Formats: sequence, C-alpha cells, structure tokens
Amino acid sequence: MPPSTPSNGQPAIRLDHISRHYTMGEAVIRAVDDVSLDLPTGEFLALLGSSGSGKSTLLNLIAGLDRPTSGAVIAHGQDLSKVSSLELARYRRQTVGMVFQSFNLLPRMTLEENVELPLRLAEVERGDRAARVQEALGRVGLGKRITHRPSELSGGEQQRAAIARALVNRPKILLADEPTGNLDSATGESILTLLKEIQKNPGMTIVMVTHERPLAERYADRLAVMGDGKLLSNGAAR
Amino acid sequence: MKPRDLSDLALRNLREAILRNSLTTLGIAVGVASLVAMLSLGVGLQQLASKRLSQSGLFDSVFVTPRMNLRGMGRDAMPAPTDKPPRLLDENARQEIARLPNVVEVYPQIRFFTEVRYDGKPFATMVAGMPASSKASGSFDGMQGSFFSGDGAYETILQSEFAKELNPQTSALIGKELVLRYAERQSLPQDSANSSATPPSSNSASLPGGFSVVPKEMRLRIVGVVDTEPASGFGGYGNGRLLIPLQVAMTLRAAQINDLRDIVRGTASAQTFASLTVRAKGPAYVEALEASIKNMGFGAFSLLDASKSLATFFRVLDMLLGIFSSLALFVATLGIVNTLVMAILERRREIGVLKALGASDRDVKQLFFFEAGVMGLFGGVFGAFLGWLIGRALTFGTNVYLHRRDLPSVEITSVPWWLVLGAIAFAVFVSLVAGLYPASRAARLNPVEALRYE
Repeated sequence: MPPSTPSNGQPAIRLDHISRHYTMGEAVIRAVDDVSLDLPTGEFLALLGSSGSGKSTLLNLIAGLDRPTSGAVIAHGQDLSKVSSLELARYRRQTVGMVFQSFNLLPRMTLEENVELPLRLAEVERGDRAARVQEALGRVGLGKRITHRPSELSGGEQQRAAIARALVNRPKILLADEPTGNLDSATGESILTLLKEIQKNPGMTIVMVTHERPLAERYADRLAVMGDGKLLSNGAAR
Repeated sequence: MKPRDLSDLALRNLREAILRNSLTTLGIAVGVASLVAMLSLGVGLQQLASKRLSQSGLFDSVFVTPRMNLRGMGRDAMPAPTDKPPRLLDENARQEIARLPNVVEVYPQIRFFTEVRYDGKPFATMVAGMPASSKASGSFDGMQGSFFSGDGAYETILQSEFAKELNPQTSALIGKELVLRYAERQSLPQDSANSSATPPSSNSASLPGGFSVVPKEMRLRIVGVVDTEPASGFGGYGNGRLLIPLQVAMTLRAAQINDLRDIVRGTASAQTFASLTVRAKGPAYVEALEASIKNMGFGAFSLLDASKSLATFFRVLDMLLGIFSSLALFVATLGIVNTLVMAILERRREIGVLKALGASDRDVKQLFFFEAGVMGLFGGVFGAFLGWLIGRALTFGTNVYLHRRDLPSVEITSVPWWLVLGAIAFAVFVSLVAGLYPASRAARLNPVEALRYE
C-alpha cells in the first residue's frame, strides 16, 4: 500500500460538503449534492456510478475546470473554490494531469507536439522540453512514435499518449475520466495497468471515473459510488 | 505562455485554415491597398504641387520693397516691426541682403513696357529680366529652342502668345533678330534739374538732380519660345512677354515706373529698385530671412502663409482620402471578426483541452489576439505593396494620357516610408481591435462545456 497521507497530515484532496447545481429554466439540477470525501495522498480512487450520477462533474471540480456552487475543494492545501481563475489555471498546469475518455489529443499535432503542449503552457525552457517529452512518451511505451499524429495510432496508443501528456508536467494528482470507455477490454486493462504503474510514483494520487466496477475493484485502492449527485458509498476496493 | 510559443501556436493555427485565413488577410490587404493608393495620390499631388511651386520660386522667395512703399493703400500704418529708419533699396542694399545667411541670390525686378520691331513692324510688349537661376525653375522645360547662352548674352526668349503675334510659325522665329526699343534713363546734373521750366517751389533748391530719357535701340537674337509664363506671378520675375537675361536688362538702365517716384523723393541721382526678390535656400529659411530684412529697414513679405494654407489643404485632402479608403479596411475588419468567431466554433474543443492542460484565460485571449495581429501584419505588408502597385499604375496611366497630348510626364503618386509603415501599423492596430471581441469570447469559454462539444 502506498503512503496514505503527506507528512503534514493533509489529504491530497478534501471535498468538504461540495455541491454543484445547474439551473435549466426553473428547474435546479443537483449534479453534485453535498459530497464530502478525503483522499489520502498516493491513493487510487475509482469513482463509480451510472450515467448522470455526477461523477464526471465531481472530477471536473477536482480538476479545477469548474467551481462548486457551495462547499470547498481543497487540493494539497489549496482551496480551489476561493482562488482566482489565473491561480486555478496554474493549478491545472502544475498540480493535476487529466486524461479523457476520448483522448482529446490535438489531431493536427504530432505526439511530440501534443505532449509538449503542457510544457509550453508551464513555460518550461525549450532546451529541457525534448528530454521531458521523450521521457514521458518512453514511459508509456511510445518513445518511437513521437513523430506520428494521433490519427496514425490505435485507441490504446492514443490514450497512452494522452497519459504521457497528463504526466509531462509531473503533477501530483492524475484525473482520468472514463479512460477505458473507448477501448476494448484488453486495451482497457493495459491502460489501467499503466495507471497502477504510475501510482507507484511517490506522492501520486489518482482519481478515475469509470462505470466498469470489476476493473475498478481490481486496480483501485478505494471505491466511491455516486448516485443522483450524492456519494452513496466510499470504502476500500478489496 | 512565452511569446515564441504563442507565435508558434498562432501561426500553426493560421496555417491549418490557410484558405480562410488567406482570404481574410487578402481582405485586409485590399483595404490597406486602397488606403495606401489614395494617400499616395494625395501625397504625390502635394509633392507635385510643392515641387512646381518651389521651382516657381514663390515659396522660397522674400519680396523686398522700400518700407514706405507699403504704407497708404487704405491702411493706417504698417505695424512697426523695427525702429530702423526706412532705407533706399539700392545696389548697396542689394549686396547687404545678399550677404545674409541662407540667401541664394538677390535680384531686382526689371520690367518695362516697350516697343519691339520685327520684320519692319512694331509690336508693343512688356520686357522682363530673367535671372540665370530661372533656368532651373521648370518653367523653361519643354521650350522650343534653348535658354540664354549666358548672363550677358543679347538674346531673348519669347512667350509663345507674343511670339505668335510676330509669326504664327513660332519655330521659324528662333535664330532671327528683333529690335528692342527702350527709353534709357540718363542722370542730369543738379543745376540742370533746377533750371527746368516748372515753376520752382519753395524748397526746390534742396532737391537733387533728375534724369533725362533717351530713346535707344538694341538688337536681340531670338533663342527660344516658351509656352508657360515664366515671368508671371507675384514675387516672380514680373509679367513679361519678352524675356532677356537680367544682367542685360540691368545694363540697359531702361526707365521704369518707379523712376518718377524717385524724382519726387529726391533720390533719382542713385539708381534704386522698385523691389528685390530674395531667394532663400528653401522655404524653411524664408521666415527668418523676412524678419532680418525687415530689421534692416525694408518692407518684406513672402507667400509663406499661402504655402501654409496649401499644406493645410493637402492635409484635409489626405484626411478625406484616408477616411473614404478606410471604409474598405473597415469591411476587412469585419472579415477578421467573422473568421475568428468561426475559428472559435471550430476550435471549441481545442480551447477546452488547452484550458484543461492549464492555459489561462489570458493565454487563450492572447492566442486569438496574436492570430488577428498576424493577419493584420501580413495584410498590411501585402496591402502596402499592392497600394504602391496601384499608385504606379495610376502614374503610368496618367502619363500615357499626358504623352498622347504631348505633355510632360508627372509623378502623381508617392509612397513614402512613413506611409508604408503607417499603413502596416494601422492594419495591425485595426486587426487587433477586430480581434478583441473574438479573443475575449474564446477566453471566456467554459472548459467543461468546450470539452463536451463535438
């Protein structure tokens, strides 16, 4: 079991009574409704739930892509509900890496350019970038495909490239939104094996949204199940 | 994001939609081209007018008269620019003025009405002395024959209207001789003046001598016929249909209109000038020169004010041309807005990805802003070139037209560097303004919604 909390005792992620409500006409949709959760550093959490249960919304709140209607999202001591949009962007650049179901690689760019993009945004020196890109792609087994474009790769390879892009800025939290959703089961398993491998990085916390419970049980340390925006259960996977 | 990365990404984005972005850029180029072409026409016409006027000597000349000359004329009094007493405008004064800084030459206006005999027939006309510098004034460009062979040559150039009176076939006049009859002024000793038949006035004994007028003749060889009127215009060389070298005109000592005035003033013993024309090195020196001359005790004025009015007129013309031609650029900016708004729609998901990867609102805004700026820059550069080309075509077309009418070529357009750089800067500025709305709209995109966009 990886280390559970950093030395100062703070969890990697603390969700404190967070809600995210949308209004559609006169109706209020409670996508996330009063969820509280502590995730220790180094843990691999799988967020389970049916479609529309609010798990992706919760992930977006942790990713700093969205702000809660109420409550606090505290990631590594930083309350995301209170920071400016500029600080939120810095948080997305430096603290979290994101992987999506549909990979979201930019089709016009080569793998190298796709993976270099977060380094550009983080203003990493040009001289350091090539090595960091090579290292990240090498780690996901695509070191020899750097000049290829996403369309020249299989789904699994694209998701690996997306993981390399998410990791290139050396984040502390990796967020994956249905990373196996567009992959066959064998490829999906290989991606989860890779994530499990990444979790071994000291201090790396992973939150994965999925609706494939068997996979989640096999790879995640902890399962949190959501339904109708609420956290229904939260406990160890095995 | 660092500027270099920003430019990399922006240029990449522009290349991806090369056709659309090229068309937008072309729109800007057409707008800039119309602006540059119109303004180059304004600038060219201004330069043409200034050149012609500067050649005419009107704007780099100071017209000097004895100061008292300008009094009266319905005015109470001249504003006294100096305490210096009025002075005679004589040869000494001429030399003194010639020594002032930035003076090219000082010459008197010599013109007199006289009779010319050609082929045994008399013709009345006005004679004007032309300084050697008038050769470069442009007035003699395209003349028949040639300019005077020297300052003291007994030669004449005829204004074509007058020449036609002598012989309708003006070209046949060149090389022929004519006889100039004029009244030479000869000074009389003081006692002879006092012995005139006029009843003496109370103070007539104090008056200096007068002069007698003796008819003289002189043979002049016709060397040229000119269509323009080189001797016309204020401060120029005096209206004249028969032009002779100024040196020759001065040696004639022909009686002039101001001679009678000199007698009344008692200054007839020394030759004075009705006026002198002082040519400065350029219009910029005219104002200071005018002040210096006034300070010496003479009346002096120039057409500087008229020159300033001309400059104002061309500024207003340029402004109007600029406003009308800017309309095309305004339409082009709508093209930029349209292109960038379309780009936001197309790249919605990409903007979401960028934001998810840590791009700030400012990064996204700058990216679109930069793309607008690059389109403006390329459009500006290409447009300035296109405008220059249109200007050349206008000049070419005009000259073809002028040649068909046997008129000399002119440069009606001019594209100075300030116009090129100004047009490019204006294109970039306008493009950036056009990019403001799309850029801020892109920056405001909600990343969650953008990522969901298919």
